[in-house]
Amino acid sequence: MTNNTIVSAKDLSLTFQTNDGPVHALSDVNLDIEKGDFVSFIGPSGCGKTTFLRVMADLEQPTGGEITVNGVSPREARLARAYGYVFQAAGLYPWRTIGGNIRLPLEIMGYSKADQAERVSRVLELVDLAGFEKKYPWQLSGGMQQRASIARALAFDADILLMDEPFGALDEIVRDHLNEQLLKLWADTGKTIGFVTHSIPEAVYLSTKIVVMSPRPGRVTDVIESPLPKERPLDIRDTPEFLEIAHRVREGLRAGHSYD
Amino acid sequence: MRNAIPVLTVLVVLVGLWWAAVAPMNIRPALDLAERGGAVIVPEGSVQRREVSVWTLMLKNSSHVSAGYDLKRPRLPTPAQVGQEIWKTTGAMVLKGRTWSKRSLIYHSWITLQSTLWGFLLGTSLGILGAVAITYSRVTSMSLMPWAIISQTIPIVALAPMIIVVANQVGVEGRGVPKAIISAYLCYFPVLVSMVKGLNSPKPAELDLLKTYNASGTQSFWKLRLPASLPYFFTSLKVGVAAALVGTIVGELPTGAISGLGARILIGDQFGTPLAIWSALFLAAILAGLLVTFVDTMQRVTLRKMGFRA
Ligand SMILES: Nc1ncnc2c1ncn2[C@@H]1O[C@H](COP(=O)(O)OP(=O)(O)OP(=O)(O)O)[C@@H](O)[C@H]1O
Ligand SMILES: [Mg+2]
Repeated sequence: MTNNTIVSAKDLSLTFQTNDGPVHALSDVNLDIEKGDFVSFIGPSGCGKTTFLRVMADLEQPTGGEITVNGVSPREARLARAYGYVFQAAGLYPWRTIGGNIRLPLEIMGYSKADQAERVSRVLELVDLAGFEKKYPWQLSGGMQQRASIARALAFDADILLMDEPFGALDEIVRDHLNEQLLKLWADTGKTIGFVTHSIPEAVYLSTKIVVMSPRPGRVTDVIESPLPKERPLDIRDTPEFLEIAHRVREGLRAGHSYD
Repeated sequence: MRNAIPVLTVLVVLVGLWWAAVAPMNIRPALDLAERGGAVIVPEGSVQRREVSVWTLMLKNSSHVSAGYDLKRPRLPTPAQVGQEIWKTTGAMVLKGRTWSKRSLIYHSWITLQSTLWGFLLGTSLGILGAVAITYSRVTSMSLMPWAIISQTIPIVALAPMIIVVANQVGVEGRGVPKAIISAYLCYFPVLVSMVKGLNSPKPAELDLLKTYNASGTQSFWKLRLPASLPYFFTSLKVGVAAALVGTIVGELPTGAISGLGARILIGDQFGTPLAIWSALFLAAILAGLLVTFVDTMQRVTLRKMGFRA
């Protein structure tokens, strides 16, 4: 653990007690995330990706091991408003316009009216929704709603951005576009990003660190440091380096998958 | 317009049934009256006829059936008679400039409406406050809810006279305040139940979102729970306003009240004038319809303005 360690998990475990017996969602997870890292979590459904993100954000309490965020407990980090969290479902409030939804965290955190307006139009621009500020969520497609929810998490100054399959519901073209923009945003802001995905190319394209997980019990089977440069045009996906990392991720996923 | 056709059809059928029911309902008093007027009725004598079914009476004395539609004190008045009585006590009164006289049903409706609105206001406020207390405190949730439920199992007809007596004892003049209390007593419950449901309607993910912002309890109330509860709130208002009207009318029933639709119903009963009862009942129904329509319009306008998909 260095001075720059943002998240540090040691032997982290989380067992849900359900009516059908205990579910080991996380088991002995050890992981360090450095400041400025772009970390992708990849693995089959039910391997604990969402759960790990929720533990980081203090939405779920671990049952074993330790975790610190910014050197303090997740709870203290949450109280200091260290995260922007993009949920698997967009979750916009139906009685607020798109602009109103993005303004929600800003109102709660007490940003000034002028600052709010400036930030709303900036993040709307960022996710290609300029002109939709006054529309209501039901007037937008699912993909547009998801982009609005990303804009909502970008509107305030959190150092850590946690995203749970934010692009899962989007088509390939929009996804490529948003991936590019996310990289640009990450480079510009120096945020530390935790990103859950089911797509190997997406994980490899975006990440500096790829965490491969496997289910029952949920655990980390491989952590791959990407040697790709920070500057990544879309066609980097055709280079041998890229394909090699993608291959390693696929092997990791296959190894963690027991076909019993 | 397309909505009006089914509604009108139902209305026509109901009025038709009502009109048909007048014949069997009124055949006995019609025959008694005809017999006193010298007509020959089979069988002879009111007492003997009690053993015979109305259908037989109608068959054997078919020429006197129509008289049942023109009685002064019918057991069941015809739609036309009720219509005339309502016109006599409302529109005609206005034309004569006696809108606020004691014989005008507009005056009595206004008395009832006032108490209903006060009771509605009081009951709705209590319902909202109760729901907020229940949502935010486990203690009140466990202590308040059972009492709220028990309160609704006590028949209001039994409770109403007591409330009036107690109000008089503590020196409250007139019927207005106790009537509003009775009305609120019936009205708060649907509001309370719906608001508890509405305030708890946000999904876990919506609450988690606010948690990541470290929002305070007050902020999550104003920005999430309250707006999310509004559709539930308006639905409960429609039930609540109708209940408030029933409460007021019940509050006007115990002897002593002289004004209000409830008092007219009671007086009609005591003096054997079914026409007065029926016209008061109809005005109560019209009042209820107007109140519910008003709340419904408020709901549609507010929710649309707020961006809920109508
Ligand atoms: N609140 C909960 N109560 C009980 N079990 C839970 C709860 N949340 C998650 N689990 C279980 O924990 C395991 C991990 O769930 P998690 O949502 O983290 O998976 P995931 O990797 O995000 O899957 P997906 O890719 O489908 O989103 C699953 O077996 C799930 O059933
Ligand atoms: Mg998940």
